[in-house]
Amino acid sequence: MPKHHIEVNIKPLGDSALIVELGEGIDRAIHDKVKNLSELLTSQPFEGFIEYVPAYNNITVYYNPYIIHISKKSDLTVFEIVSTYMNDLVQQIKVKKNEDFKIVSIPVCYGGEFGPDLEHVANYHNMTTEKVIQIHSESECLVYMLGFAPGFPFMGGMDARIATPRKATPRLSIQPGSVGIAGKQTGIYSLETPGGWQIIGRTPLDLFLPHMSPPTLLQAGDKIRFVPISPSEYTDYKEMK
Amino acid sequence: MTVKVLNAGLLTTIQDIGRYGSQKYGVIVSGAMDSYSLRLANILVGNMENEAVLEITLYGTTLQFEEDALIAITGGDFQTTIDGIIAPLWRSVLIKKNAIVKFNSAIKGSRAYIAFAGGINTPIIMDSKSTYLRAKIGGLEGRAIQKGDIITFGEMTNYSKKLFQQIEKHPFNWSINFSELINFNQNQVIQILKGTEFHRFDKESQRILFEKSYFLTVQSDRMGYRLEGPPLSLSESFELLSEGVTFGTIQIPTSGQPIILMADRQTTGGYPKIGQVITADLPSLAQLQPTATIRFKEVTILEAENLLIKKEKFIHNIKKAIHNKIFSE
Repeated sequence: MPKHHIEVNIKPLGDSALIVELGEGIDRAIHDKVKNLSELLTSQPFEGFIEYVPAYNNITVYYNPYIIHISKKSDLTVFEIVSTYMNDLVQQIKVKKNEDFKIVSIPVCYGGEFGPDLEHVANYHNMTTEKVIQIHSESECLVYMLGFAPGFPFMGGMDARIATPRKATPRLSIQPGSVGIAGKQTGIYSLETPGGWQIIGRTPLDLFLPHMSPPTLLQAGDKIRFVPISPSEYTDYKEMK
Repeated sequence: MTVKVLNAGLLTTIQDIGRYGSQKYGVIVSGAMDSYSLRLANILVGNMENEAVLEITLYGTTLQFEEDALIAITGGDFQTTIDGIIAPLWRSVLIKKNAIVKFNSAIKGSRAYIAFAGGINTPIIMDSKSTYLRAKIGGLEGRAIQKGDIITFGEMTNYSKKLFQQIEKHPFNWSINFSELINFNQNQVIQILKGTEFHRFDKESQRILFEKSYFLTVQSDRMGYRLEGPPLSLSESFELLSEGVTFGTIQIPTSGQPIILMADRQTTGGYPKIGQVITADLPSLAQLQPTATIRFKEVTILEAENLLIKKEKFIHNIKKAIHNKIFSE
């Protein structure tokens, strides 16, 4: 059977990393390829491979050029060697719908002191805050990637009816667990950091678990469901820990 | 064996080669800003190259040794003294019990490194001892070194013990010729590759990048260097999704002023990348002080790889030379 050729664009990110691009935009089918390629690279690492970072439609591969150079058997440059390897690996991607995902429920206390921008989001869309909560908690979201801070999930799949632009001026400090909206994306702050997302609620769960393996509650490829909880339930969760 | 911190200095942290393998979880790499100085400091005391050392920024830090110790000081020249006498840099040095090592202010470079034979005894978190201040992990309780801290050394390798005995008999009177690896000038040409979005910038910006100087502002830190100079702009705006970035990535935010990502960079970024500093020039970049000026020069990826390989060979040869010195006597 002739093998289906998978389109790929490989470009250098300096001399010690490269980006393997599998498509454009935010798309579940591309995400499935990214996930599949990540698994292939984990099970078949090359000599000199350091690590990879998956993103919406590409993965960045980090490597040690010196190790590759001293073990190479051809006149190819290190970049050419890694590109060829990655191109071959891409051709092993199974282009089937990925049904193998974990569903994680995230309890969220919406509004009040935990969600200072909930009113703004409701007003922006001319709906009640209850409606915003309902739409947000009925969306099934997919974690496309982690970035910005440890365990911070970049998620797609939020209902577009509550898509809201970022704040004009970012807040200097956002509490860990804060659930925010930026355009069509929704995310959860994992550390106390500055940030410009519209904060609509807070989860009592820890997203960054430095002493666990893996060190994060969520991973790329997980599906998320937000479950509304009351302030007293939030306190109970916190005390349980 | 321990050392006591008599003075903390501006920003002194425990750093090793970095926290690799967890970037996919959003965990930053951290690690020494100048990795060549880190590795050579370790090599000079017989540690593994990636062992943790102290990274001292611009000035400060006074240490008192509670026992005899084998150390090496590398990186910038901080007019460092051992009991008031200028300390030799880039050399294996024996320190006597109660000796005081004082880092003054940087007259060359901006970061100094001190390695202790045996390394630093501190928990390994996600395969690294590096301090990650924002997440409060690694190093000493995830924070910068403070006055009164006690830093404990690890177990010396047999190699370190041998080196220790050797130097006790015949102190080393030679140092590493670091100029092959790091340029400490404050006006520098930094070699870069075109970035992944270089072609998205207007022709004028593409030209300016390689013709004009940029200076390093005081808002520069371990996370990123903020440069100031002629602004650079895209031909037309476009949305770039967040994706992986790395040490030396040159991003252009909406202000048009370049930011070079350094050791404590985030794992991903969404600003267009106009360039990428070559790995072989990162330590020289890391040693710049605020107000230093930079000119960018384009090289090919083959040239970048060859420069990196040349420097790796140089380090490899130093290791061999020290090994021969220990075992020839």
